[in-house]
Amino acid sequence: MNRNLTALLPEICLVGAAVTGLLAGSWLPRHRQWSVAVLAAAAALAGLAATAHTLAADGEQTVFSAAFAVDAATGAARLAVLITLLLLLAVSAPGVRGHRRESEYWVLLMLSAAGTLALAGANDLLMLFAGYLLASVPAYALAGFAKDARGVEAALKYYLLGALFGVVMLGGVALMYGAGRGTGYRQLHTALPAAPYGVVAVGLVAVLAGLLFKSGAAPAHFWMPDVADGAAAPVAAFVTTLPKIGALIAVYRLLHQAMPADTVDWPLLLAVLAAASMTLGNLAAFFQTSATRLLAYSAVSQAGYLLMAAAVATRSELAQQGLLFYLPAYALTNLGAFAVVAELPHARRLEDYRGLARRRPALAAVLVVCLLGLVGTPPTAVFIGKLEVFSAAVDGGYTWLAVLAAVNTVASLFYYLRWLAPCFRPAGDEDRLRTVLAPSGTWAAAAACAAATGSLVLGLAAGAALPLADGPLLR
Amino acid sequence: MLTLVVFLPLAVCAGLLLWPRPVSDRVCTGVWIAAAAVDLALAAALWAGFDPDGGLQYEQRADWIPTAGVGYHVGVDGLSLPLLALTCVLFLAVAVYSLRETRRVRAYACLFLFLETVCLGLFSALDLILFFVYFDLSIVGMYFVIAGWGHGERGRAAALKFFLYTFIGSLALLLGFIGLYLAASPHTFDITELAAADPLAGRGAYAALVLLALGVGLAVKTPAVPFHTWLPPAHTEAPAAGSAILAGVLLKMGTYGFVRIAMPLLPGVWREYALAFIVVGAVSAVYGALVALGQTDVKRMIAYTSVNHMGYVVLAVGAAGVLSGTDDQARTLAVTGAVTQMVSHGLITGALFLLTGVLYERGRTYAVEAYSGLAGPAPRFAAAVAVAAFASLGIPGFSGFIAEFQIFTGSLAAQATATALAVTGILLTAALFLRALRQMFLGALRLPPGSPDGRFGDLAVPETTAVAPLLGLALVIGVLPRPLLDVIEPASRAVAGLVAR
Repeated sequence: MNRNLTALLPEICLVGAAVTGLLAGSWLPRHRQWSVAVLAAAAALAGLAATAHTLAADGEQTVFSAAFAVDAATGAARLAVLITLLLLLAVSAPGVRGHRRESEYWVLLMLSAAGTLALAGANDLLMLFAGYLLASVPAYALAGFAKDARGVEAALKYYLLGALFGVVMLGGVALMYGAGRGTGYRQLHTALPAAPYGVVAVGLVAVLAGLLFKSGAAPAHFWMPDVADGAAAPVAAFVTTLPKIGALIAVYRLLHQAMPADTVDWPLLLAVLAAASMTLGNLAAFFQTSATRLLAYSAVSQAGYLLMAAAVATRSELAQQGLLFYLPAYALTNLGAFAVVAELPHARRLEDYRGLARRRPALAAVLVVCLLGLVGTPPTAVFIGKLEVFSAAVDGGYTWLAVLAAVNTVASLFYYLRWLAPCFRPAGDEDRLRTVLAPSGTWAAAAACAAATGSLVLGLAAGAALPLADGPLLR
Repeated sequence: MLTLVVFLPLAVCAGLLLWPRPVSDRVCTGVWIAAAAVDLALAAALWAGFDPDGGLQYEQRADWIPTAGVGYHVGVDGLSLPLLALTCVLFLAVAVYSLRETRRVRAYACLFLFLETVCLGLFSALDLILFFVYFDLSIVGMYFVIAGWGHGERGRAAALKFFLYTFIGSLALLLGFIGLYLAASPHTFDITELAAADPLAGRGAYAALVLLALGVGLAVKTPAVPFHTWLPPAHTEAPAAGSAILAGVLLKMGTYGFVRIAMPLLPGVWREYALAFIVVGAVSAVYGALVALGQTDVKRMIAYTSVNHMGYVVLAVGAAGVLSGTDDQARTLAVTGAVTQMVSHGLITGALFLLTGVLYERGRTYAVEAYSGLAGPAPRFAAAVAVAAFASLGIPGFSGFIAEFQIFTGSLAAQATATALAVTGILLTAALFLRALRQMFLGALRLPPGSPDGRFGDLAVPETTAVAPLLGLALVIGVLPRPLLDVIEPASRAVAGLVAR
């Protein structure tokens, strides 16, 4: 059995830093707790270095009885999660700095990121469930971190739905275990064709339910807008971005690695889920007046586009590349938009953004890049992601899904423009501007600019990034 | 060299945008004019060094996203070079015209410089994704021009409609490109490789769907009836300079797409469904002219004549796909006419829109009946509008005649009925322009009540300098078409050959 711990360095770095931060945070005076954030950043950077080394040295392998796979998908997930974590640290800094429980915030963030990485690499149903828990539980606490009424409501809703879907998922794991006489994906792949159809189908749907909850896809998306609107903007940025990376790669890996193509017609199921997710998310986003709710629904629809790749996982060779490129592209672009929201904590409604272009041209530019980026306007990274995913869908025989996604993309433009339009309108009176568009700190603004630049650069340099998404998944 | 021509405006735009200190309006416009002039000079140099019989020239290739079959591949031939030159001329004219602009000039100049790069890039792109990138960005740029400098709240509504409508077109186009990409083996987005491989030959329904997607995408942009409804509000609410670019350059992206992508890459289905394009073209030509006849708003009227003129182009490209009863020469003539019409329409309609801008500035309304007897106080303005109107309705001696004559001669053999119907469009345009000219310029002087200073000043120097060269070029092409046709003809012969294979 391969027990190579160095293959898990990024995860170990995060968990180690989290434990150290937790212990250190108990003794550090409040004005020194920022050092935990520095520790988190250092852990993320160390993780990135380790990932780069693994990618460069072809360190693909499965470890611990093949419960965890270190392959192209894990590599892409690690890069995306760790870079997202770094940006999240910056986005959160102005709001959390000097908070009574500052170190706890950073620790929870690190633990959830580690859980997301575990989800992405899980090659075994039990590992998958452990990752689900590790990614979810800290997130509940983060949602209610502010301890205000809206935050507590958000946390409670998030927790209850999370517990429900967690139990369903555990039931699914049990059924799959019963049907496949094992929890490892390799075992399932060989044993499932002979298993009873109904058990496999119910088990798969139940396991997917938990993962859909994490990725915020329909029909498990109801928590998303409430949490995004109730929690602070950095937390909203976190819940709409980070878990999605792990959960969608987990969905892809589960379908691609564990499910034989001819037992259950899961491609159609996923295609329908994708269609529902993008359409419902878009329709709900249309007339939102709150920026965070709008972004939350946009995140639901984006989950739909991403699920398209999962639907054609085994039918098109382009699917993996598309998913693994789209995810980091989406994460960067979405974070950029949320960073603007975090930078302007008093502007909650879309109307409040009037005059932004005059007052903060850089932030307006970030919004233009990120919101049009989310639509899929070239040359931002999401455009390449969408191009790949659409190609994969057409290639996999789901042309109707690609057409629907294109129609949805046009529809989504409408609500993104509803946000962009006020930014360029004359502001009106100066006093309002000063209070509503008051900045929260330089870190969030810097993160916004970095994310927007990253989204553009990733799009223009897609030629260099796409090969990283290539490579066989390991079983 | 070509890359330099394309990206020079963008570089100037970035410089202007990032310059740390405030820049005065005059300096902004000055920099803008200088950049546009240098770019025009570079384009002229391209033209001078261009060998009409040499096929694609100034080609440059670089890997962009090799794993996805996308490359940076640019080059020009006889189809794109005239449009490239037209783009440079029009943007320079617009820059000069905008010397009188006072609202947020820095952003305005940057936006137009950005748009110039986008338009030049589109006409030089030889990769479908590169083409799409520019196609999409042109929509984004024009949205901000209309929303930011248009006429208030209605301007923003029109901009939104423009963005959403044309974005549908661009996504249909993207789906079509994906269809082409997946059909080719190895998968590629390169236009020259796809044209050589003809991947959709004999693919039946699949090929027809790809053509449908491309056809809808390009027809929205062109715009052809029934996808034209975004055009009139966008034109009416846009600032004059924006309208000129929208009509003069952006519409050409659609028709250029037909000759550059749809015809050479899908020859089989193009021939099969050529009749559909002929019908759409003829209907656009007649319908556009009829609706233009019913307009009371001068800008809407010109917008609908654009639908009419672009209808001729669609008719011609459709006719080039009909093999029976035609010969190589007729098909080549049709394509040449189509490209000439794109150039001619760009020059003439660009000038017309700039002139309506002058009208609006003096009288604050576009309503035809609000004006009367303007020839008295503004003889130069009246002369310019009259010349532009006559050029637009295709009077011999101007470029429009050369273009339309070739289109009709080339199309007659392919579809006599449709062509004969489309010719009536000329009659209608003549009627509507003459009616508008009589109403606005002859009779007793009358100005709209909303006009700011109660008098109607003649063309100022920047306005004359912007408009006169456009009309002058239309005249030169009308009298001496050979230099232009010599460049276009070999390329259109190649396209006609590719369609007929």
